[in-house]
Amino acid sequence: MIRPDAPVLLEIRDLHARVEAKAILKGVNLTIRAGEIHAVMGRNGSGKSTLSKVLAGHPSYTVTGGSVTYRGENLLELDPEIRARAGVFLGFQYPVEIPGVSNLEFLRVSTNARRVHRGEAELDTFEFEDLVRERLQVVQMDPAFLERSVNEGFSGGEKKRNEILQMALLEPLVAILDETDSGLDIDALRIVAGGVNHLATPDTATLLITHYQRLLDAITPDYVHVMAAGRILRTGGKELALELEQRGYDWVDAELAALEGADADRQPAEVA
Amino acid sequence: MVASPTVRVSVGGGGLEGWTRQLLERLPAPAGALAAVQERGRAALAALPVPSSRQEDWRFTDLSLLTDLEPAPAGAVAATAGDLPPSAPGVVRLLLDGRSDPLAGVTLPPGLSALNPAELVQALGHTLAATGCEQHWPVELNHAASEQVLALRVASRHSVTLELVSTAAAGLLPLRLLLILEEKAELDLSQLVQARGAGLTSLVLEAHLARSARLHHGLVALGLPQAALLAHLALEQEPESAVTLVSATAGWGLARLEPRVRQVDGGANTTLRGLQLVDGRQIADTHSHVLFSGPEGELDQLHKAVADGAGRSVFNGAVRVPRAAQRTNAAQLSRSLLLSDRARIDTKPELEIVADDVKCAHGATVSCLQTDELFYLQSRGLAASQASDLLQRAFCEEVLRELPAAARSWGSFQAMLSAAGSGEDRP
Repeated sequence: MIRPDAPVLLEIRDLHARVEAKAILKGVNLTIRAGEIHAVMGRNGSGKSTLSKVLAGHPSYTVTGGSVTYRGENLLELDPEIRARAGVFLGFQYPVEIPGVSNLEFLRVSTNARRVHRGEAELDTFEFEDLVRERLQVVQMDPAFLERSVNEGFSGGEKKRNEILQMALLEPLVAILDETDSGLDIDALRIVAGGVNHLATPDTATLLITHYQRLLDAITPDYVHVMAAGRILRTGGKELALELEQRGYDWVDAELAALEGADADRQPAEVA
Repeated sequence: MVASPTVRVSVGGGGLEGWTRQLLERLPAPAGALAAVQERGRAALAALPVPSSRQEDWRFTDLSLLTDLEPAPAGAVAATAGDLPPSAPGVVRLLLDGRSDPLAGVTLPPGLSALNPAELVQALGHTLAATGCEQHWPVELNHAASEQVLALRVASRHSVTLELVSTAAAGLLPLRLLLILEEKAELDLSQLVQARGAGLTSLVLEAHLARSARLHHGLVALGLPQAALLAHLALEQEPESAVTLVSATAGWGLARLEPRVRQVDGGANTTLRGLQLVDGRQIADTHSHVLFSGPEGELDQLHKAVADGAGRSVFNGAVRVPRAAQRTNAAQLSRSLLLSDRARIDTKPELEIVADDVKCAHGATVSCLQTDELFYLQSRGLAASQASDLLQRAFCEEVLRELPAAARSWGSFQAMLSAAGSGEDRP
C-alpha cells in the first residue's frame, strides 16, 4: 500500500559494505515507508542477502560507507539484538539449527525481549503458551514443533514456517525476508505467503528478497527493485518482476556496463 | 608427537614425592577392616613413582596443586547433606565422611544389604584388578588412606535407588565404594562429591554387575579452585548387563576421572557420558578405558568439555578390542567447546582393535560458539551474553539430562556453571 504521507520506517543511503576484504554493497539507496511491500530481485551474488544481513547486524559484514536510518535512529549503531527488539526482523534464508535449545523457550525469551523493549509486561509460561498457540495458526504449524530443539531436524518448509511464526510473535515494524520462498513446495509457499500477508499492516513494511515471481504472485509488492553488483539498478512496480521473468537478467549486464563506464551518477532508487 | 623427555620439566614431581612422604608419615597406624589394604597401599606409595608429565598417562595433567594441600587425612567433619533438598520418599541417602560408618542407624531398603567381612575380603579389589588399575597411583593413595568402605549388594531382581553425598574440606578425604549387583538387579545411584575447602577427594568405586544387571550411576562433582578430585570408577560387566555412567565435573582446581570398564565376556552394554567444565586455571582430565574381553559388546560414549579462562581440559578415551571381541559395536565421540583463547583442550581417542569383525567409530571436535548460531539468537532479541549462555547450556544439557533423577537436580547447568566460575585463578 503506497501512501506518500506515510512515515518513513527505513532509509538506506549510499550503503557500502564488505565481507572480509571483498566489497559487496556499493552504494545502495532505498526508502521504505509504512504500509509498503518491497521486493528485491537480482542474480546470485548481486548483494541481496548481504543487504539483509547488514540491516540485521551480522558481525561478519562491515559497513564501509553510507547510512541506514530506522525511524529516525542510526540503525548501524545498534547491536543486532537491539535492532530486533526495536522491530527489525530478518527471516533467514537458512534458519540455523540449534540442538538442545527448546523452540518454545527460545520463542518465549525472544518474544519477551521484544515486549520489554516496547514497555509491555513479560509473558509467563502459561500466557505465552496461549499466545503461541494462537499464532501457530498463522502458519498452520503443528504444536509438536514447539517441543523440539530450534529448527533441529525440521524440513526446509518447517524451518520457514518457524521463521514466520517468530515474525508473528515479534510483530516487527520492518520484516526483511531473505529468500523465504527458497526450498518451499507450492503448498508451503502458499502458507508462508499467507502468513506474511496476514502480518502486513498499514503500520509495518516488508522487504522481500527473492529470485522468483511465484512468491510475488502470492504477495503483491508495491515496488520491485533489481539489484546488481551491490547496488539497486532499477526500480519499478510489480510489472518489473514480470518483465524480469520474461527477459531474464541479460539486460542488467548491458545497463551495468554502461553505468560503470560512465562511472558517475548512480541512479538512486528513490521510490517516494 | 611425543616431545623428547629431556626437554620436559617435571612439574612438582619432587614436591609431590615430598608431599606423599609427609602424608604417609601422618597417616594413623593401619587398623580396622581395611588394615591389610592400607598396608599394601602405603608400601606401594612409598615405592611408586609419583605421577608426572613424563608419564604418558599424565603428560597433560599437572598435579602440582596437590602439594598446596595439607598432606594429612581430613579431620573429623560431621557429614551433612548441607543445603541439599531432601531425598525422594523411599530413597536412602548415605553421607560419606571417610571415617564413620555411613550405614550406622540407617535402614536399608529391601534388596540392599551390606557385605559381610568374608565377602568383603573376597570381593574388594577384584574389579580394580580386572580393569587393570589396582596399581595406579591414585588408587594406591586411596588404599593407603581409606578407613571405611561402603560395600553393598543389590539382590537379584531388586531395584534400588540410592544417593551418596560427600563434602571435602581440608586434607585428604578417601572414599571407597564396592557394589555388587546380582543377576537382574538394578541400581540407580546418584552421587554428589563436593568441596568446601582446600582438600583432596580420593574416590575409588568398584562395581560388579552379574548377568542382566543394570547400573545407572550419575556422579556430580562440584569443586573449588583450591580443591582436587582423583576418581577411579571401575566396572565389571557380565553379559547382558547394562551400565550407564554419567559424570559431570566443574570447578575443581584439578579433577582426574578414570572410568574403567571391562565387559568380561562381551555381550554387555556400556553407555558413558562425561561433561567437564573448566575456567580460571582449573584442570579437568578424563581418562576412560573400556576393555571388551568377549564378543558382541556395545559401547556408546560421549564426552563433552567446556573450557573457559585459562582452563585446561584433557580427554583420553581408550577402547580395547582384542581378538576375542568379535562383533563389538563401539562408538566414541568427544566434543569440546573452547570459549577462551587462553584455554586449552587436549582430546585423544585411543582405539586398539585386533578383532576384524567390529564396528568402532570415533570422532572428536573442538569448536568455539558458532557465530551463525549466536547471530541467529541475537537477531531474535537475545543479548549476546544470553545467547552464549543458552548455547552453552544446550551443549551441556546433552549430558546432564542423562543423569539419574537426584543427580540431575544437583548437577543443573546453573550449578555446574557457578561451580566452574566459583573462583578465579588459584592462589
